[in-house]
This record gives sequence, structure tokens and C-alpha cells, in this order.
Amino acid sequence: MQKGKGMKFVGDSRIKVGPKQTIPKDYSEYPGRTEPFWPNFLLKEWLVGAVFLIGFLCLVAAHPSPLEIKADPNTSGYIPLPDWYFLFLYELLKYEYAAAEYVVIGTIGIPGLAFGALLLAPFLDTKPGRRPTQRPIAVILMLLAVTSVIWLTYESASAVNWEERAEYSVANMTEVEVDTDHAGYEVYANNCMSCHGDSLQGVPGMAPELIGLPYDAEAIKDIAQNGIGEMPADMFSGTDEELNQLAEFIVATNSDGEGSEGESSGSESSNEGEDSSE
Amino acid sequence: MLNKIYDWIDERLDVTPIWRDIADHEVPEHVNPAHHFSAFVYCFGGLTFFVVVIQILSGMFLTMYYVPDIENAWESVRYLQTEVAHGQIVRGMHHWGASVVIVMIFLHTLRVFFQGAYKKPRELNWIVGVLLFFVILGLGFTGYLLPWDNKAFFATQVGLEIAESVPFIGTEIKTLLAGDPTIVGAQTLTRFFAIHVFFLPAVLFGLLAAHFIMIRRQGISGPL
Repeated sequence: MQKGKGMKFVGDSRIKVGPKQTIPKDYSEYPGRTEPFWPNFLLKEWLVGAVFLIGFLCLVAAHPSPLEIKADPNTSGYIPLPDWYFLFLYELLKYEYAAAEYVVIGTIGIPGLAFGALLLAPFLDTKPGRRPTQRPIAVILMLLAVTSVIWLTYESASAVNWEERAEYSVANMTEVEVDTDHAGYEVYANNCMSCHGDSLQGVPGMAPELIGLPYDAEAIKDIAQNGIGEMPADMFSGTDEELNQLAEFIVATNSDGEGSEGESSGSESSNEGEDSSE
Repeated sequence: MLNKIYDWIDERLDVTPIWRDIADHEVPEHVNPAHHFSAFVYCFGGLTFFVVVIQILSGMFLTMYYVPDIENAWESVRYLQTEVAHGQIVRGMHHWGASVVIVMIFLHTLRVFFQGAYKKPRELNWIVGVLLFFVILGLGFTGYLLPWDNKAFFATQVGLEIAESVPFIGTEIKTLLAGDPTIVGAQTLTRFFAIHVFFLPAVLFGLLAAHFIMIRRQGISGPL
């Protein structure tokens, strides 16, 4: 058996030259100019790769990767959102005959058929002709599939309120330490927490955060009783003393957040770092 | 000098066939963008591999800081992003790379499909390629949970519900992935971590090797 540098192969393949030449054709049978992969073509590939890498790093530098607040199974009203490349599957489940009692059609049926057909494409499209015009059915089905994926993704993404979702991000979150021993905390828990969150952080789409408020205790008492903006009146129910405790608690938590800046300077400066890099 | 070293190794190991498999072959005109600019569509496969390499390397660095338990996972990601030198960039590369690799593998699949390059004798390579697509989607799904933030948690809950909707074996699949038929918690995170970092990459490497060996064995498909 012949070995070493003098071995002869068919085309650029691993198939040795010999009587059994089944696959593939030698490139000398194709008209045109071939180029050695090493080193000529690889050098050009590296150039393309370098340009691609620069573009990729620009993307990375321009958009810091997102991080929301730590997972909390008790978060109420959170609308789940998958990564963008699963949005089309997610959107599919919103159609009537792909949801509820038909959910198997949406989760397994349609995606299973589509991806199954993709997997077995060579055995469904068996004629030797390779040009798109020679296999209209395969090409049309693929165009339909791609169009539906793009359409479903678009439908799903356009229904998302991205600005509201940005409020979930830790970069936009001001954290304060809540003094749960404060007399007003229980009042807050009973009256306000369901809308404004357990640490005054607010609930996106429901109520704003109660941190950095421009109001004093009197104004807070007034808002708790009479409402403001979209907040209806009479959200607070309790005695005047409880109302005083509540207002004190909110004011105290706010000033505490400002006062303890020295302690949380680590996270503060990191927030600024994220902001400036955006 | 280099030639002498090569000859010395070749005499003992007969590496010429290996070298030929990897690098010593001709690039035909129809795939070379230097001759036909439209041949840039042949770059998508290589770029997919390039981004996969970025994912492997950046992922290796991420595991230096990441802690796969529900107490510390989120804190470790936040620490990595805000305190560690270049941590923001490493996580950024891994985060955005996950999206870019999907875009690239999608374009590569479309190129191969519309050129009918999966036809005889390349059926098996197409199947391996589609399996690679599934594995990469699986990596995207399992990796999404790992930062353990609200977005990750609730999206995974939905994903697991979808797995549960499979007839007959749905609950078993969900339990296998999440560690429990109802709870998404500590077990889920460690399982997704193991799947993301050990199981799927192992499958990925095997399939990639098969993909590349088949390409070198069969050569690239001819012009249309």
C-alpha cells in the first residue's frame, strides 16, 4: 500500500485514486480556477474572520448583556419571554387551534412536522436535480416555513413592550434596604405591597417604585388616601396612626437609601459603569 | 528546518494523510468569493464554527466565576459583570454569540437547502447538520436559565410546561430536565448547568467532528 507524501486522491477528498471512484468528481472536471486551501485561501478566510470578529466585538461593547433581578418565583404579573430565537414557537401557542386542549398541536405537532421534514429533507426531495427550479415543492415549502418563522417572530416581538421590560433590568433598579421592624412596615405590607412590591421597587405595568420620591410625609398621606395619577383613591384603609406610621416608613426608607450610599458604593459605581457604556 | 521536523514525524506517524485531510486541498472557484462575490454564502458554515469556538472559549472563562446553585448563581453573574476585569466583555461575547451562532447556522442551513447540496451522496451530512442545529438550540435553551434572573426563571418554567405537554412521556421528560415534576428550583439549575456545560457540548463535539470528516471525505458540492 502506498503511503506518505506521494498519495493520490480524488479532488480534495479523502478518497484514494483507484478503480472505485464513486464520489466526488475531481475539481479538474469543473471549469475554473482552484486555489490551494493552505495557505492562500486560509489567509483570506482569516481576514474575513478578523473583520467579523471586530463587528462582533463592537456589538458586545455597545450592548452590555442584560441581567434582571434575581429569580423570585413569587413575582406577580411577570410576563415570561424566551430568547428571541424561540419567540416563533412561543407565538405559535397563542393561536386558538394550537393552544389549550389543542396545545399538543402547537408544542409537538407543527414544530415536530416542520423540524422532522427538515431533518429528513434528503429523503423527501430525492430527485437528482439540485437547482431550485428543478424542485419547486421543496423550495416553496421552505420559503413558506421561513416566512412563517419570520412572521411569528415579528408578531411576538412587536407585542412586547420593550420599554416596560427594561424596567426589570438590574441596571435600572435602585435597591434600598427595607427595615421590616419599622412600625409602618406592616401597614405598608397590608396596603401597598401588592402593587408597589415588597421593597418599594414597584411592579412594572402596575405601579411605580416608591424610591426617590419628591414628597414629604404629608403629601404621602394625602396620596395614600386620595390617590394620584392612575392610582385610585382609598387604597389605604386603617387608622390615622397607621397612616402616620406608613408615611414615616416610606420617608425613612427613602432617606435611608440616600444615607447608606457609602455602604452600597460598590453597586452604585457599577451601575454607573453600565450606564456609561451604553 | 520545519521540513526536516515534518519528515521526521511523517516517517514515524505517516501524517501526510492527516495533514491532507485538514489543510492540503484545493478550493474550487465556485466557492471562492475572490472570484465570485456571491460565493460569500459559503462563508456561513465557517462563521458558524468560528462563533461556536468563541462560545466554547468564553464559556470556559465564564465557568471560572459561575456558581451553579440558586443562592449564588445570580450573584456570581452580577459579580462577574460588575467587578471582574473584562467580565462584562466575556459574558457579552457569550450572550451575543448565542444569538449570532443561531443567525449563522440558520443562514448556513438555508444556503445548503436552496442549493440542494444535501442530495446524494451528502444525505448523512445534512442529517448531522440538522442535529447540530437542534443541539445549538438546546444549548440556547439551557443557557438561558443559568443567570437565574426573573427572565430566565419564568421562561424556563414555560419551556418545561411545553416539554410536559408531550403526550405519554411529558412528565418524565420534565422531571428529567427539571429534577422534579413540579418544582423549578435548585435541581433544575444544576441539571441545566450539567446539560449546558457537559452533555450537549459532548454531543456537539461529536457531531462537529462527523460533520467535518464528512465534508473532507466528500469534498464540497459542485457548482449548480
